[in-house]
Amino acid sequence: MNFRRLLIIVVPYAWLIALFLVPFLIILKISLSDIAIAIPPYTPTFDLSAGWEGVKTFFSELDFENYIFLWTDDLYWKSFLSSITIASVSTFLTLLVAFPIAYGMAKSPPSWRPTLMMLVILPFWTSFLIRVYSWMGILSNNGFLNSFLVWTGIIDSPLHILNTNIAVYIGIVYTYLPFMILPIYASLEKMDISLLEAAEDLGCTRMSAFWLVTVPLARHGIIAGCFLVFIPVNGEFVIPSLLGGSSTNMIGKVLWDEFFNNRDWPVASAVAIVLLLILVIPIMLFQRNQQKQQEAVL
Amino acid sequence: MKPIMAETKPASVFAPWLDADAKPIISFENVTKKFGDFTAVNTLNLKIYEREFFALLGSSGCGKTTLLRMLAGFETPTSGFILVDGQHINDIPPNKRAINMMFQSYALFPHLSVWDNIAFGLRRTDMEKDAIGDRVTEMLRLTQLDGFSHRKPHQLSGGQRQRVALARSLAKAPRILLLDEPLAALDKKLRQETQFELMDIQEKTGTTFVIVTHDQEEAMTVASRVAVMNKGNLLQVATPGEIYEAPNSVYVADFIGEVNIIEGEAKLEGPDKIAITYAENMPPIISVGKTEGISEGQKVSFIVRPEKVRVSLTGDDDRANKVKGTVMDIAYLGSISTYHVRLDNGQMLSAQMTNTQRIEHREITWDDQVWLSWSDEAGLVLTQ
Repeated sequence: MNFRRLLIIVVPYAWLIALFLVPFLIILKISLSDIAIAIPPYTPTFDLSAGWEGVKTFFSELDFENYIFLWTDDLYWKSFLSSITIASVSTFLTLLVAFPIAYGMAKSPPSWRPTLMMLVILPFWTSFLIRVYSWMGILSNNGFLNSFLVWTGIIDSPLHILNTNIAVYIGIVYTYLPFMILPIYASLEKMDISLLEAAEDLGCTRMSAFWLVTVPLARHGIIAGCFLVFIPVNGEFVIPSLLGGSSTNMIGKVLWDEFFNNRDWPVASAVAIVLLLILVIPIMLFQRNQQKQQEAVL
Repeated sequence: MKPIMAETKPASVFAPWLDADAKPIISFENVTKKFGDFTAVNTLNLKIYEREFFALLGSSGCGKTTLLRMLAGFETPTSGFILVDGQHINDIPPNKRAINMMFQSYALFPHLSVWDNIAFGLRRTDMEKDAIGDRVTEMLRLTQLDGFSHRKPHQLSGGQRQRVALARSLAKAPRILLLDEPLAALDKKLRQETQFELMDIQEKTGTTFVIVTHDQEEAMTVASRVAVMNKGNLLQVATPGEIYEAPNSVYVADFIGEVNIIEGEAKLEGPDKIAITYAENMPPIISVGKTEGISEGQKVSFIVRPEKVRVSLTGDDDRANKVKGTVMDIAYLGSISTYHVRLDNGQMLSAQMTNTQRIEHREITWDDQVWLSWSDEAGLVLTQ
């Protein structure tokens, strides 16, 4: 009996340790190393053959040099700041688009809901990369959108959208929309319609009933959706590099450049560690929200 | 909680519906409500008076809830008018009506505490903060919820939630309180207790209550008048006593309580005496009562309540109606027993007797030949 119980606990922990904690420690170690022209491209490497002395020299060679470098070169903290800004703005924009959709879904006849849900999830069936690529075709100077606008006569010359932050926002809102819709829909769908009638009965207008009843009841869904968008968007790489321009500065792109263009693994690892530290706070808040929601259900 | 009597003897009889000069607080004038092809409420006319405890009774889908929702403002009549205090209210939205509703699901706001739930309606007015506090405290006391004000709805029992819903709907001191199956979610014992509390609160606040229920016992207990509805029509509007003793149709008689229905042919035997032939070789049923609208040879239904039929082994009484039969079934209900007796022509009749003897001393048992008897005033002859 005890062995079984132990197994149930050990398996998930072993999984987490092997696939999350160990890789994290490796990245942490690389971030404390120095760049080297070698394979792997950093030093020191762990050498057990040297025995205890080798371990000692190994640890003595680790330092925080790369972190100090991140602090002194303004490229990095500007990228972090820009990432957080882009993530915040696009989370807000996604919320603005997603809420009415989720609301509409929750208010639709129950027989329609599975179909509507399918439509929201359907884009996941095609590759994320292809979907972002197709936005390039839509947004470019002679793409579908501009051709259409010129054809209708609304504009004379094509709008420059691709390779700007606007294109990045469009791409992010489009890609992350389902992550916002689904939790909000889940919280709205559970809502008893008679709550709104009760609010009206007690003197609310339709509008105030929405703000006093619907929104507070959807709160957990909204918060969950916001974190589900905000957290991954911070580290987003594909969308800014395909749709963004030279002025689009996101930390995911910097990370890519450090790893693959500069082959500076230690600095890249330091960037990754700092990104993780920044995201730990929202992730913890997200966990707390989920926990509270579960308590509310009980 | 002080014990409350089910029927306290009133100082003067409260019956504004008998007074031709009395102004109704609510009147429905030819109100029809259609949902597509379905007619939920059909050209209905009804007057409800101030301080009444009015019950709308009917099986599900009879239109009673639609009627209530039209009064609350959630549905608009397809045609006809609803008046409150003589004012047309068809176009007034729910938030502008001095009518509050207690929902069947209670519809308590799950994100708000008991206190905030009760204060919700008051905060939508320009009432002072202190006054709101006083009012909420008063409501908590009225519904015996003191001490629960900081709890969230999910931390309350079913009975407590029901009280919060009641307190919230009464907080704004509405002129009319609508109750949609307010006790349906409670278990039987709690339901009976709460019925008396509702009556007590209605008396204390003097609010006009309109209750929707499918439970005839509940309607009979709480209401000053009961309206029986079926398929969007009002069949009868009367006091519980009248509905029970003098139903105007077989449907009403059958819906309220248990009843024996015997179909037969009427034969007028005097100015107020009817004989009903219902089978060959069976003596006709003699009934005394109104004979208006009943013609010789007309098909009629004779109804008699089981408790007005006596069952005995000897049949040694001088009641006008006496028939022989065989006991098929006995339903023992503790204080009373219902005997299901088959007459010689196959007709089933039930008779109810108080169990004055202990059950082991019961004289009558299965397959016994018994006499059923009832007086000529016990039943009622109905033509519809």
